[in-house]
Amino acid sequence: MASSSLSRGLLGYRVNAVGLVASAVILFWLFIALFGGQFTPYPPGEIVDFDYFGPMSGQYWLGTDYLGRDMLSRILMGARYTVGISVAAVLISCFLGVVLGMMAAVIGGWLDTCLSRFLDALNSIPSKLFGLVVVAGIGSSIPVLIGVLAVIYTPGAYRFARALAVNISTMDFVTVARARGERTPYLITQEVLPNILGPVLTDMGLRFVFIVLLLSGLSFLGLGVQPPNADWGSLVRENIGGLSFGAPAVIMPSIAIATLTIAVNLLIDNLPVRIRDRSE
Amino acid sequence: MNPQVVSLVLGRLGVAVITLVIVSFIVFAATEMLPGDIAQILLGQAATPEAVAGLREAMHLNDPAILRFLRWLGGLLQGDLGKSYANNMPVADLIGGRLANTLKLAAVTSMFAVPVALFLGITTAMYRGSLYDRAVNTLVVGVISVPEFMIATLAVLVFAVWLHWLPALSFTGDTTTLMGLLKAYAMPVITLSFVISAQMIRMTRAAVVETLKMPYAEMTLLKGASKPRIVLRHALPNAIGPIVNAVALSLSYLLGGVIIVETVFNYPGIAKLMVDAVSTRDLPLIQTCAMIFCLGYLILITIADVIAIVSNPRLRK
Repeated sequence: MASSSLSRGLLGYRVNAVGLVASAVILFWLFIALFGGQFTPYPPGEIVDFDYFGPMSGQYWLGTDYLGRDMLSRILMGARYTVGISVAAVLISCFLGVVLGMMAAVIGGWLDTCLSRFLDALNSIPSKLFGLVVVAGIGSSIPVLIGVLAVIYTPGAYRFARALAVNISTMDFVTVARARGERTPYLITQEVLPNILGPVLTDMGLRFVFIVLLLSGLSFLGLGVQPPNADWGSLVRENIGGLSFGAPAVIMPSIAIATLTIAVNLLIDNLPVRIRDRSE
Repeated sequence: MNPQVVSLVLGRLGVAVITLVIVSFIVFAATEMLPGDIAQILLGQAATPEAVAGLREAMHLNDPAILRFLRWLGGLLQGDLGKSYANNMPVADLIGGRLANTLKLAAVTSMFAVPVALFLGITTAMYRGSLYDRAVNTLVVGVISVPEFMIATLAVLVFAVWLHWLPALSFTGDTTTLMGLLKAYAMPVITLSFVISAQMIRMTRAAVVETLKMPYAEMTLLKGASKPRIVLRHALPNAIGPIVNAVALSLSYLLGGVIIVETVFNYPGIAKLMVDAVSTRDLPLIQTCAMIFCLGYLILITIADVIAIVSNPRLRK
Protein backbone atom coordinates (compact mmCIF):
# COMPACT_ATOMS: atom_id res chain seq x y z
CA MET A 1 0.00 0.00 0.00
CA ALA A 2 2.88 2.33 0.83
CA SER A 3 4.20 2.21 -2.72
CA SER A 4 0.82 2.95 -4.29
CA SER A 5 0.21 5.99 -2.08
CA LEU A 6 3.70 7.22 -2.92
CA SER A 7 3.14 6.98 -6.66
CA ARG A 8 -0.18 8.73 -6.27
CA GLY A 9 1.51 11.53 -4.36
CA LEU A 10 4.06 11.91 -7.17
CA LEU A 11 1.38 11.96 -9.84
CA GLY A 12 -0.86 14.40 -8.04
CA TYR A 13 -3.23 16.09 -10.44
CA ARG A 14 -0.59 16.86 -13.03
CA VAL A 15 -1.46 15.91 -16.58
CA ASN A 16 1.44 14.75 -18.76
CA ALA A 17 2.47 16.11 -22.16
CA VAL A 18 0.31 13.73 -24.22
CA GLY A 19 -2.69 14.64 -22.09
CA LEU A 20 -2.01 18.35 -22.63
CA VAL A 21 -1.77 17.97 -26.41
CA ALA A 22 -4.98 15.90 -26.40
CA SER A 23 -6.86 18.49 -24.37
CA ALA A 24 -5.60 21.23 -26.71
CA VAL A 25 -7.07 19.31 -29.68
CA ILE A 26 -10.38 18.84 -27.84
CA LEU A 27 -10.55 22.53 -26.93
CA PHE A 28 -9.75 23.42 -30.54
CA TRP A 29 -12.71 21.39 -31.86
CA LEU A 30 -15.02 22.75 -29.14
CA PHE A 31 -14.02 26.27 -30.19
CA ILE A 32 -14.65 25.42 -33.86
CA ALA A 33 -18.02 23.90 -33.01
CA LEU A 34 -19.05 27.09 -31.20
CA PHE A 35 -17.50 29.76 -33.42
CA GLY A 36 -16.49 27.89 -36.61
CA GLY A 37 -19.26 29.59 -38.56
CA GLN A 38 -17.37 32.91 -38.24
CA PHE A 39 -14.30 31.63 -40.06
CA THR A 40 -15.72 29.91 -43.12
CA PRO A 41 -13.93 31.38 -46.16
CA TYR A 42 -16.96 30.64 -48.39
CA PRO A 43 -20.66 29.96 -47.63
CA PRO A 44 -20.67 26.18 -46.90
CA GLY A 45 -23.63 25.45 -49.21
CA GLU A 46 -22.41 27.45 -52.18
CA ILE A 47 -20.77 25.95 -55.27
CA VAL A 48 -17.57 27.95 -55.67
CA ASP A 49 -15.41 25.80 -57.95
CA PHE A 50 -16.27 24.66 -61.48
CA ASP A 51 -14.16 21.58 -60.95
CA TYR A 52 -15.34 18.86 -58.56
CA PHE A 53 -13.11 16.95 -56.10
CA GLY A 54 -10.57 19.74 -56.47
CA PRO A 55 -7.15 19.27 -54.86
CA MET A 56 -5.84 21.31 -51.95
CA SER A 57 -4.81 24.75 -53.15
CA GLY A 58 -4.17 28.26 -51.86
CA GLN A 59 -7.68 29.23 -52.83
CA TYR A 60 -9.42 26.12 -51.41
CA TRP A 61 -7.28 24.97 -48.50
CA LEU A 62 -8.86 21.54 -48.18
CA GLY A 63 -9.98 21.14 -51.78
CA THR A 64 -13.56 21.04 -53.02
CA ASP A 65 -16.29 18.40 -52.74
CA TYR A 66 -18.35 16.43 -55.31
CA LEU A 67 -20.31 19.55 -56.28
CA GLY A 68 -17.39 21.96 -56.13
CA ARG A 69 -18.17 23.34 -52.66
CA ASP A 70 -15.35 24.48 -50.38
CA MET A 71 -14.36 21.62 -48.05
CA LEU A 72 -12.81 23.79 -45.32
CA SER A 73 -16.07 25.70 -44.87
CA ARG A 74 -18.10 22.49 -44.83
CA ILE A 75 -15.85 20.83 -42.24
CA LEU A 76 -15.96 23.95 -40.03
CA MET A 77 -19.76 23.87 -40.18
CA GLY A 78 -19.87 20.08 -39.79
CA ALA A 79 -18.09 20.38 -36.43
CA ARG A 80 -21.21 22.07 -35.12
CA TYR A 81 -23.38 19.01 -35.88
CA THR A 82 -20.92 16.28 -34.91
CA VAL A 83 -19.78 17.88 -31.65
CA GLY A 84 -23.12 19.51 -30.79
CA ILE A 85 -25.30 16.42 -31.22
CA SER A 86 -22.78 14.19 -29.45
CA VAL A 87 -22.39 16.56 -26.49
CA ALA A 88 -26.16 16.89 -26.11
CA ALA A 89 -26.65 13.11 -26.32
CA VAL A 90 -23.85 12.33 -23.89
CA LEU A 91 -25.15 14.87 -21.36
CA ILE A 92 -28.66 13.40 -21.48
CA SER A 93 -27.57 9.76 -21.35
CA CYS A 94 -25.08 10.30 -18.52
CA PHE A 95 -27.51 12.44 -16.51
CA LEU A 96 -30.26 9.80 -16.83
CA GLY A 97 -27.90 6.88 -16.31
CA VAL A 98 -26.16 8.36 -13.28
CA VAL A 99 -29.34 9.57 -11.54
CA LEU A 100 -31.14 6.25 -12.13
CA GLY A 101 -28.03 4.28 -11.18
CA MET A 102 -27.61 6.13 -7.88
CA MET A 103 -31.31 5.79 -7.12
CA ALA A 104 -31.20 2.06 -7.82
CA ALA A 105 -28.17 1.65 -5.57
CA VAL A 106 -29.47 3.79 -2.70
CA ILE A 107 -33.10 2.64 -2.74
CA GLY A 108 -32.48 -0.95 -3.86
CA GLY A 109 -35.27 -3.55 -3.78
CA TRP A 110 -37.71 -3.97 -6.64
CA LEU A 111 -36.81 -0.63 -8.23
CA ASP A 112 -33.22 -1.81 -8.62
CA THR A 113 -34.29 -5.19 -10.05
CA CYS A 114 -36.79 -3.79 -12.56
CA LEU A 115 -34.49 -1.01 -13.78
CA SER A 116 -31.52 -3.34 -14.13
CA ARG A 117 -33.46 -6.01 -16.04
CA PHE A 118 -35.04 -3.53 -18.45
CA LEU A 119 -31.84 -1.58 -19.13
CA ASP A 120 -29.87 -4.82 -19.58
CA ALA A 121 -32.37 -5.92 -22.21
CA LEU A 122 -31.99 -2.57 -23.96
CA ASN A 123 -28.25 -3.04 -23.80
CA SER A 124 -28.41 -6.39 -25.59
CA ILE A 125 -29.57 -4.79 -28.83
CA PRO A 126 -26.52 -3.96 -30.96
CA SER A 127 -26.28 -0.17 -30.91
CA LYS A 128 -25.91 0.32 -34.65
CA LEU A 129 -28.91 -1.89 -35.37
CA PHE A 130 -31.09 -0.06 -32.85
CA GLY A 131 -30.12 3.30 -34.31
CA LEU A 132 -30.74 2.02 -37.84
CA VAL A 133 -34.25 0.70 -37.13
CA VAL A 134 -35.48 3.62 -35.03
CA VAL A 135 -34.06 6.37 -37.22
CA ALA A 136 -35.46 4.64 -40.31
CA GLY A 137 -38.80 4.32 -38.52
CA ILE A 138 -39.44 7.85 -37.35
CA GLY A 139 -37.26 9.69 -39.82
CA SER A 140 -34.05 11.50 -39.14
CA SER A 141 -33.93 14.92 -37.56
CA ILE A 142 -31.53 16.41 -35.06
CA PRO A 143 -33.80 15.98 -31.98
CA VAL A 144 -34.53 12.36 -33.01
CA LEU A 145 -30.80 11.66 -33.41
CA ILE A 146 -30.02 13.14 -29.99
CA GLY A 147 -32.83 11.14 -28.42
CA VAL A 148 -31.86 7.83 -30.05
CA LEU A 149 -28.17 8.22 -29.19
CA ALA A 150 -29.07 9.15 -25.60
CA VAL A 151 -31.36 6.11 -25.23
CA ILE A 152 -28.73 3.76 -26.67
CA TYR A 153 -26.01 4.86 -24.25
CA THR A 154 -28.11 5.31 -21.09
CA PRO A 155 -27.95 1.61 -20.05
CA GLY A 156 -24.15 1.63 -20.10
CA ALA A 157 -23.96 4.81 -18.02
CA TYR A 158 -26.54 3.34 -15.62
CA ARG A 159 -24.63 0.09 -15.19
CA PHE A 160 -21.37 1.93 -14.55
CA ALA A 161 -22.82 4.45 -12.09
CA ARG A 162 -24.83 1.78 -10.26
CA ALA A 163 -21.78 -0.44 -9.75
CA LEU A 164 -19.86 2.49 -8.25
CA ALA A 165 -22.78 3.73 -6.15
CA VAL A 166 -23.47 0.27 -4.71
CA ASN A 167 -19.95 0.24 -3.26
CA ILE A 168 -20.37 3.73 -1.78
CA SER A 169 -23.84 3.16 -0.35
CA THR A 170 -22.62 0.33 1.89
CA MET A 171 -20.04 2.60 3.54
CA ASP A 172 -20.40 3.78 7.11
CA PHE A 173 -20.93 7.45 6.37
CA VAL A 174 -23.96 6.63 4.22
CA THR A 175 -25.36 4.39 6.95
CA VAL A 176 -24.85 7.24 9.42
CA ALA A 177 -26.66 9.65 7.11
CA ARG A 178 -29.50 7.15 6.75
CA ALA A 179 -29.69 6.78 10.53
CA ARG A 180 -29.85 10.59 10.80
CA GLY A 181 -33.03 10.31 8.74
CA GLU A 182 -31.77 11.93 5.53
CA ARG A 183 -33.93 11.43 2.45
CA THR A 184 -32.95 9.84 -0.85
CA PRO A 185 -32.28 13.12 -2.75
CA TYR A 186 -29.88 14.23 -0.01
CA LEU A 187 -28.15 10.84 0.09
CA ILE A 188 -27.71 10.88 -3.68
CA THR A 189 -26.45 14.43 -4.11
CA GLN A 190 -24.47 14.93 -0.91
CA GLU A 191 -23.13 11.50 0.04
CA VAL A 192 -22.87 9.34 -3.11
CA LEU A 193 -22.34 11.72 -6.03
CA PRO A 194 -19.19 13.50 -4.75
CA ASN A 195 -17.54 10.10 -4.26
CA ILE A 196 -18.18 8.77 -7.75
CA LEU A 197 -17.79 12.01 -9.71
CA GLY A 198 -14.26 11.40 -11.06
CA PRO A 199 -14.90 7.97 -12.60
CA VAL A 200 -18.31 9.10 -13.85
CA LEU A 201 -16.74 12.03 -15.73
CA THR A 202 -14.14 9.69 -17.23
CA ASP A 203 -16.88 7.31 -18.31
CA MET A 204 -18.69 10.27 -19.87
CA GLY A 205 -15.62 10.96 -22.02
CA LEU A 206 -15.54 7.36 -23.28
CA ARG A 207 -19.27 7.43 -23.96
CA PHE A 208 -18.76 10.67 -25.94
CA VAL A 209 -16.33 8.80 -28.21
CA PHE A 210 -18.83 5.95 -28.73
CA ILE A 211 -21.55 8.47 -29.57
CA VAL A 212 -19.37 10.33 -32.08
CA LEU A 213 -18.53 7.00 -33.73
CA LEU A 214 -22.15 5.82 -33.88
CA LEU A 215 -23.39 9.20 -35.14
CA SER A 216 -20.75 9.19 -37.87
CA GLY A 217 -21.67 5.60 -38.74
CA LEU A 218 -25.37 6.45 -39.03
CA SER A 219 -24.59 9.54 -41.11
CA PHE A 220 -22.37 7.40 -43.30
CA LEU A 221 -25.32 5.06 -43.93
CA GLY A 222 -27.41 8.10 -44.86
CA LEU A 223 -29.52 8.00 -41.68
CA GLY A 224 -27.82 10.77 -39.73
CA VAL A 225 -27.79 14.51 -40.35
CA GLN A 226 -29.72 15.15 -43.56
CA PRO A 227 -28.66 17.34 -46.52
CA PRO A 228 -28.22 20.26 -47.07
CA ASN A 229 -26.65 20.16 -43.60
CA ALA A 230 -23.83 17.72 -43.08
CA ASP A 231 -21.85 16.44 -40.12
CA TRP A 232 -18.46 14.84 -40.65
CA GLY A 233 -19.95 11.37 -41.28
CA SER A 234 -22.26 12.75 -43.97
CA LEU A 235 -19.32 14.57 -45.56
CA VAL A 236 -17.51 11.25 -45.97
CA ARG A 237 -20.66 9.66 -47.43
CA GLU A 238 -21.25 12.51 -49.89
CA ASN A 239 -17.73 12.39 -51.20
CA ILE A 240 -17.13 8.63 -51.15
CA GLY A 241 -17.02 8.77 -54.96
CA GLY A 242 -13.72 10.62 -54.69
CA LEU A 243 -12.15 7.75 -52.80
CA SER A 244 -10.83 5.92 -55.85
CA PHE A 245 -8.57 8.86 -56.67
CA GLY A 246 -7.80 9.85 -53.09
CA ALA A 247 -9.61 13.22 -53.07
CA PRO A 248 -9.04 15.38 -49.97
CA ALA A 249 -12.83 15.73 -49.74
CA VAL A 250 -13.01 12.14 -48.40
CA ILE A 251 -9.83 12.17 -46.36
CA MET A 252 -10.22 15.48 -44.52
CA PRO A 253 -13.55 14.86 -42.71
CA SER A 254 -12.22 11.41 -41.74
CA ILE A 255 -9.16 13.05 -40.23
CA ALA A 256 -11.42 15.48 -38.35
CA ILE A 257 -13.36 12.60 -36.75
CA ALA A 258 -10.18 10.68 -35.95
CA THR A 259 -8.39 13.62 -34.30
CA LEU A 260 -11.40 14.32 -32.07
CA THR A 261 -11.98 10.74 -30.92
CA ILE A 262 -8.31 9.83 -30.55
CA ALA A 263 -7.72 13.03 -28.54
CA VAL A 264 -10.52 12.18 -26.10
CA ASN A 265 -9.23 8.60 -25.70
CA LEU A 266 -5.66 9.80 -25.17
CA LEU A 267 -6.72 12.42 -22.63
CA ILE A 268 -8.60 9.78 -20.63
CA ASP A 269 -5.69 7.32 -20.81
CA ASN A 270 -3.34 10.01 -19.51
CA LEU A 271 -5.52 11.37 -16.72
CA PRO A 272 -4.02 11.03 -13.25
CA VAL A 273 -4.87 7.65 -11.71
CA ARG A 274 -6.61 9.40 -8.84
CA ILE A 275 -9.32 10.77 -11.11
CA ARG A 276 -9.95 7.77 -13.30
CA ASP A 277 -9.39 4.85 -10.95
CA ARG A 278 -12.64 2.94 -10.88
CA SER A 279 -12.07 0.75 -7.87
CA GLU A 280 -11.60 3.45 -5.27
CA MET B 1 -20.17 -30.24 -12.18
CA ASN B 2 -20.68 -28.08 -9.16
CA PRO B 3 -24.44 -27.57 -8.53
CA GLN B 4 -23.79 -23.86 -7.90
CA VAL B 5 -22.24 -23.52 -11.36
CA VAL B 6 -25.17 -25.35 -12.95
CA SER B 7 -27.73 -23.10 -11.28
CA LEU B 8 -25.77 -19.96 -12.22
CA VAL B 9 -25.51 -21.07 -15.86
CA LEU B 10 -29.21 -22.00 -15.99
CA GLY B 11 -30.06 -18.63 -14.46
CA ARG B 12 -27.98 -16.89 -17.11
CA LEU B 13 -29.74 -18.82 -19.89
CA GLY B 14 -33.11 -17.90 -18.37
CA VAL B 15 -32.10 -14.22 -18.39
CA ALA B 16 -31.10 -14.59 -22.06
CA VAL B 17 -34.55 -15.96 -22.97
CA ILE B 18 -36.35 -13.17 -21.06
CA THR B 19 -34.08 -10.62 -22.74
CA LEU B 20 -34.90 -12.08 -26.15
CA VAL B 21 -38.64 -11.62 -25.50
CA ILE B 22 -38.12 -7.98 -24.40
CA VAL B 23 -35.87 -7.39 -27.42
CA SER B 24 -38.45 -8.85 -29.81
CA PHE B 25 -41.03 -6.51 -28.29
CA ILE B 26 -38.72 -3.50 -28.77
CA VAL B 27 -37.98 -4.51 -32.39
CA PHE B 28 -41.69 -4.91 -33.09
CA ALA B 29 -42.51 -1.56 -31.46
CA ALA B 30 -39.74 0.25 -33.36
CA THR B 31 -40.88 -1.06 -36.75
CA GLU B 32 -44.50 -0.25 -35.84
CA MET B 33 -43.48 3.41 -35.78
CA LEU B 34 -42.72 3.38 -39.51
CA PRO B 35 -45.02 5.97 -41.05
CA GLY B 36 -47.58 5.24 -43.76
CA ASP B 37 -50.43 2.75 -44.21
CA ILE B 38 -48.96 -0.54 -45.42
CA ALA B 39 -52.10 -1.65 -47.28
CA GLN B 40 -52.17 1.67 -49.14
CA ILE B 41 -48.48 1.38 -50.03
CA LEU B 42 -48.87 -2.22 -51.25
CA LEU B 43 -51.83 -1.49 -53.49
CA GLY B 44 -50.43 1.74 -54.89
CA GLN B 45 -52.02 5.12 -55.58
CA ALA B 46 -54.91 3.87 -57.75
CA ALA B 47 -56.43 1.49 -55.17
CA THR B 48 -60.06 1.95 -54.18
CA PRO B 49 -60.76 2.57 -50.49
CA GLU B 50 -62.68 -0.74 -50.38
CA ALA B 51 -59.67 -2.68 -51.65
CA VAL B 52 -57.44 -1.02 -49.07
CA ALA B 53 -59.92 -1.80 -46.30
CA GLY B 54 -60.16 -5.40 -47.52
CA LEU B 55 -56.41 -5.86 -47.54
CA ARG B 56 -56.13 -4.28 -44.09
CA GLU B 57 -58.67 -6.84 -42.89
CA ALA B 58 -56.84 -9.73 -44.60
CA MET B 59 -53.48 -8.69 -43.10
CA HIS B 60 -55.04 -8.28 -39.63
CA LEU B 61 -53.83 -4.67 -39.59
CA ASN B 62 -56.95 -3.56 -37.70
CA ASP B 63 -56.20 -5.79 -34.74
CA PRO B 64 -54.66 -4.26 -31.62
CA ALA B 65 -50.86 -4.09 -31.70
CA ILE B 66 -50.46 -6.64 -28.89
CA LEU B 67 -52.41 -9.29 -30.86
CA ARG B 68 -50.31 -8.66 -33.96
CA PHE B 69 -47.18 -8.89 -31.82
CA LEU B 70 -48.21 -12.25 -30.41
CA ARG B 71 -49.17 -13.54 -33.87
CA TRP B 72 -45.81 -12.40 -35.28
CA LEU B 73 -43.91 -13.99 -32.38
CA GLY B 74 -45.88 -17.22 -32.79
CA GLY B 75 -45.07 -17.25 -36.50
CA LEU B 76 -41.38 -16.72 -35.77
CA LEU B 77 -41.35 -19.68 -33.39
CA GLN B 78 -42.90 -21.91 -36.05
CA GLY B 79 -40.40 -20.77 -38.66
CA ASP B 80 -42.94 -18.60 -40.50
CA LEU B 81 -41.08 -15.36 -41.11
CA GLY B 82 -43.82 -13.67 -43.11
CA LYS B 83 -43.76 -12.23 -46.60
CA SER B 84 -41.71 -9.32 -47.85
CA TYR B 85 -43.89 -6.28 -48.64
CA ALA B 86 -41.58 -5.12 -51.41
CA ASN B 87 -41.65 -8.15 -53.72
CA ASN B 88 -44.12 -10.52 -52.05
CA MET B 89 -41.53 -13.27 -51.60
CA PRO B 90 -41.31 -15.27 -48.38
CA VAL B 91 -38.77 -13.60 -46.08
CA ALA B 92 -37.14 -16.97 -45.45
CA ASP B 93 -36.24 -17.30 -49.15
CA LEU B 94 -34.78 -13.79 -49.27
CA ILE B 95 -32.71 -14.31 -46.17
CA GLY B 96 -31.41 -17.86 -46.71
CA GLY B 97 -28.54 -17.24 -49.14
CA ARG B 98 -27.73 -13.82 -47.70
CA LEU B 99 -27.38 -15.21 -44.18
CA ALA B 100 -25.00 -17.89 -45.47
CA ASN B 101 -22.89 -15.17 -47.14
CA THR B 102 -22.68 -13.12 -43.94
CA LEU B 103 -21.84 -16.16 -41.84
CA LYS B 104 -19.13 -17.07 -44.36
CA LEU B 105 -17.66 -13.58 -44.04
CA ALA B 106 -17.83 -13.76 -40.24
CA ALA B 107 -16.23 -17.22 -40.18
CA VAL B 108 -13.35 -16.27 -42.47
CA THR B 109 -12.75 -13.10 -40.45
CA SER B 110 -12.74 -14.97 -37.13
CA MET B 111 -10.38 -17.64 -38.47
CA PHE B 112 -8.02 -14.90 -39.50
CA ALA B 113 -8.43 -12.38 -36.67
CA VAL B 114 -8.66 -14.55 -33.54
CA PRO B 115 -5.21 -16.21 -33.76
CA VAL B 116 -3.52 -12.93 -34.71
CA ALA B 117 -5.25 -11.01 -31.92
CA LEU B 118 -4.47 -13.66 -29.31
CA PHE B 119 -0.83 -13.75 -30.37
CA LEU B 120 -0.52 -9.95 -30.21
CA GLY B 121 -2.45 -9.70 -26.93
CA ILE B 122 -0.36 -12.34 -25.16
CA THR B 123 3.00 -11.17 -26.48
CA THR B 124 2.31 -7.51 -25.64
CA ALA B 125 1.45 -8.58 -22.08
CA MET B 126 4.66 -10.62 -22.02
CA TYR B 127 6.81 -7.66 -23.03
CA ARG B 128 4.80 -5.01 -21.25
CA GLY B 129 6.25 -1.50 -21.51
CA SER B 130 8.58 -2.40 -24.40
CA LEU B 131 8.67 -0.49 -27.65
CA TYR B 132 6.75 -3.35 -29.32
CA ASP B 133 4.02 -3.18 -26.66
CA ARG B 134 3.69 0.59 -27.04
CA ALA B 135 3.59 0.42 -30.84
CA VAL B 136 0.83 -2.22 -30.83
CA ASN B 137 -1.09 -0.30 -28.16
CA THR B 138 -0.96 2.95 -30.12
CA LEU B 139 -2.29 1.15 -33.19
CA VAL B 140 -5.05 -0.46 -31.12
CA VAL B 141 -6.18 2.84 -29.58
CA GLY B 142 -6.13 4.34 -33.08
CA VAL B 143 -8.35 1.59 -34.50
CA ILE B 144 -10.77 1.71 -31.55
CA SER B 145 -11.08 5.49 -31.85
CA VAL B 146 -12.16 5.68 -35.48
CA PRO B 147 -15.46 4.65 -37.08
CA GLU B 148 -15.55 1.34 -38.99
CA PHE B 149 -16.23 3.05 -42.31
CA MET B 150 -12.96 4.92 -41.96
CA ILE B 151 -10.99 1.68 -41.65
CA ALA B 152 -12.83 0.46 -44.74
CA THR B 153 -12.01 3.61 -46.70
CA LEU B 154 -8.40 3.48 -45.52
CA ALA B 155 -8.15 -0.15 -46.68
CA VAL B 156 -9.50 0.85 -50.09
CA LEU B 157 -7.12 3.79 -50.24
CA VAL B 158 -4.05 1.71 -49.39
CA PHE B 159 -4.71 -1.60 -51.15
CA ALA B 160 -6.75 -0.48 -54.16
CA VAL B 161 -5.73 3.11 -54.89
CA TRP B 162 -2.07 3.23 -53.92
CA LEU B 163 -0.89 -0.35 -54.21
CA HIS B 164 -3.37 -1.57 -56.89
CA TRP B 165 -3.39 -5.04 -55.31
CA LEU B 166 -7.13 -5.46 -54.90
CA PRO B 167 -10.32 -4.20 -56.55
CA ALA B 168 -12.09 -1.39 -54.66
CA LEU B 169 -15.47 -3.13 -54.75
CA SER B 170 -16.21 -6.64 -53.61
CA PHE B 171 -17.87 -9.18 -55.92
CA THR B 172 -17.44 -7.30 -59.15
CA GLY B 173 -14.67 -9.50 -60.56
CA ASP B 174 -14.95 -13.21 -61.12
CA THR B 175 -15.05 -15.49 -58.09
CA THR B 176 -14.54 -18.72 -60.02
CA THR B 177 -10.78 -18.90 -59.60
CA LEU B 178 -9.12 -19.17 -56.22
CA MET B 179 -7.24 -15.95 -56.77
CA GLY B 180 -10.43 -14.10 -57.70
CA LEU B 181 -12.20 -15.44 -54.63
CA LEU B 182 -9.34 -14.38 -52.38
CA LYS B 183 -9.37 -10.92 -53.90
CA ALA B 184 -13.13 -10.55 -53.45
CA TYR B 185 -12.98 -11.54 -49.80
CA ALA B 186 -9.74 -9.77 -48.92
CA MET B 187 -10.97 -6.23 -48.41
CA PRO B 188 -14.06 -6.91 -46.23
CA VAL B 189 -12.09 -9.46 -44.21
CA ILE B 190 -9.16 -7.09 -43.65
CA THR B 191 -11.50 -4.31 -42.50
CA LEU B 192 -13.53 -6.51 -40.17
CA SER B 193 -10.39 -8.12 -38.76
CA PHE B 194 -9.05 -4.73 -37.76
CA VAL B 195 -12.33 -3.82 -36.06
CA ILE B 196 -12.63 -6.96 -33.96
CA SER B 197 -8.97 -7.66 -33.25
CA ALA B 198 -8.42 -4.22 -31.70
CA GLN B 199 -10.91 -5.04 -28.93
CA MET B 200 -9.60 -8.57 -28.61
CA ILE B 201 -5.96 -7.50 -28.26
CA ARG B 202 -6.88 -4.96 -25.60
CA MET B 203 -8.93 -7.39 -23.54
CA THR B 204 -6.54 -10.33 -23.90
CA ARG B 205 -3.63 -8.16 -22.82
CA ALA B 206 -5.61 -6.86 -19.83
CA ALA B 207 -6.52 -10.43 -18.79
CA VAL B 208 -2.91 -11.64 -18.90
CA VAL B 209 -1.59 -8.51 -17.16
CA GLU B 210 -4.20 -8.97 -14.42
CA THR B 211 -3.04 -12.56 -13.88
CA LEU B 212 0.60 -11.47 -13.78
CA LYS B 213 -0.20 -9.25 -10.79
CA MET B 214 -1.07 -12.32 -8.67
CA PRO B 215 1.37 -13.27 -5.91
CA TYR B 216 2.10 -16.67 -7.46
CA ALA B 217 3.18 -15.00 -10.70
CA GLU B 218 5.51 -12.75 -8.72
CA MET B 219 6.85 -15.87 -7.01
CA THR B 220 7.81 -17.43 -10.36
CA LEU B 221 9.65 -14.21 -11.20
CA LEU B 222 11.58 -14.42 -7.92
CA LYS B 223 12.45 -18.03 -8.71
CA GLY B 224 14.11 -16.75 -11.87
CA ALA B 225 11.76 -18.06 -14.53
CA SER B 226 12.06 -16.38 -17.93
CA LYS B 227 9.31 -14.05 -19.17
CA PRO B 228 7.92 -16.44 -21.80
CA ARG B 229 7.91 -19.21 -19.19
CA ILE B 230 6.07 -17.07 -16.60
CA VAL B 231 3.43 -16.02 -19.09
CA LEU B 232 2.96 -19.23 -21.07
CA ARG B 233 3.33 -21.85 -18.29
CA HIS B 234 2.06 -20.05 -15.22
CA ALA B 235 -0.16 -17.11 -16.14
CA LEU B 236 -1.88 -18.28 -19.32
CA PRO B 237 -3.72 -21.35 -17.95
CA ASN B 238 -5.37 -19.12 -15.35
CA ALA B 239 -6.19 -16.38 -17.84
CA ILE B 240 -7.94 -18.75 -20.29
CA GLY B 241 -11.41 -17.99 -18.91
CA PRO B 242 -11.18 -14.19 -19.25
CA ILE B 243 -9.50 -14.57 -22.65
CA VAL B 244 -12.24 -16.80 -24.12
CA ASN B 245 -14.74 -14.36 -22.61
CA ALA B 246 -12.91 -11.53 -24.40
CA VAL B 247 -12.96 -13.44 -27.71
CA ALA B 248 -16.73 -14.03 -27.53
CA LEU B 249 -17.34 -10.38 -26.62
CA SER B 250 -15.13 -9.12 -29.45
CA LEU B 251 -16.90 -11.35 -31.95
CA SER B 252 -20.11 -9.52 -31.05
CA TYR B 253 -18.45 -6.42 -32.56
CA LEU B 254 -18.67 -8.26 -35.87
CA LEU B 255 -22.37 -7.40 -35.95
CA GLY B 256 -21.84 -3.66 -35.89
CA GLY B 257 -18.89 -3.88 -38.24
CA VAL B 258 -20.68 -6.07 -40.73
CA ILE B 259 -23.44 -3.48 -41.29
CA ILE B 260 -20.89 -0.87 -42.41
CA VAL B 261 -18.56 -3.24 -44.26
CA GLU B 262 -21.29 -4.89 -46.34
CA THR B 263 -22.59 -1.45 -47.32
CA VAL B 264 -19.17 -0.07 -48.24
CA PHE B 265 -18.06 -3.11 -50.23
CA ASN B 266 -21.45 -3.98 -51.66
CA TYR B 267 -21.22 -7.46 -50.18
CA PRO B 268 -24.45 -9.47 -50.69
CA GLY B 269 -25.02 -10.33 -47.04
CA ILE B 270 -27.86 -9.98 -44.58
CA ALA B 271 -26.78 -6.57 -43.28
CA LYS B 272 -26.88 -5.11 -46.79
CA LEU B 273 -30.30 -6.71 -47.20
CA MET B 274 -31.47 -5.00 -44.03
CA VAL B 275 -30.09 -1.57 -44.96
CA ASP B 276 -31.90 -1.91 -48.30
CA ALA B 277 -35.07 -3.05 -46.54
CA VAL B 278 -34.89 0.06 -44.36
CA SER B 279 -34.86 2.27 -47.44
CA THR B 280 -37.87 0.45 -49.00
CA ARG B 281 -39.65 0.30 -45.59
CA ASP B 282 -40.10 -3.46 -45.88
CA LEU B 283 -41.37 -4.24 -42.38
CA PRO B 284 -41.30 -8.06 -42.15
CA LEU B 285 -37.83 -8.14 -43.65
CA ILE B 286 -36.49 -5.50 -41.21
CA GLN B 287 -38.07 -7.29 -38.25
CA THR B 288 -36.60 -10.64 -39.20
CA CYS B 289 -33.12 -9.24 -39.93
CA ALA B 290 -33.17 -7.30 -36.66
CA MET B 291 -34.19 -10.44 -34.75
CA ILE B 292 -31.41 -12.46 -36.40
CA PHE B 293 -28.87 -9.81 -35.42
CA CYS B 294 -30.12 -9.57 -31.85
CA LEU B 295 -30.17 -13.37 -31.56
CA GLY B 296 -26.58 -13.63 -32.76
CA TYR B 297 -25.51 -10.87 -30.40
CA LEU B 298 -27.33 -12.44 -27.44
CA ILE B 299 -25.85 -15.88 -28.16
CA LEU B 300 -22.34 -14.43 -28.20
CA ILE B 301 -22.67 -12.40 -24.99
CA THR B 302 -24.43 -15.30 -23.24
CA ILE B 303 -21.58 -17.63 -24.24
CA ALA B 304 -19.15 -15.03 -22.88
CA ASP B 305 -21.00 -14.83 -19.56
CA VAL B 306 -21.37 -18.60 -19.21
CA ILE B 307 -17.64 -19.05 -19.84
CA ALA B 308 -16.90 -16.38 -17.25
CA ILE B 309 -19.02 -18.30 -14.72
CA VAL B 310 -17.60 -21.72 -15.54
CA SER B 311 -13.99 -20.55 -15.52
CA ASN B 312 -14.29 -18.80 -12.16
CA PRO B 313 -11.89 -20.81 -9.99
CA ARG B 314 -13.81 -19.96 -6.83
CA LEU B 315 -16.74 -22.01 -8.17
CA ARG B 316 -14.58 -25.07 -9.00
CA LYS B 317 -14.42 -28.11 -6.82
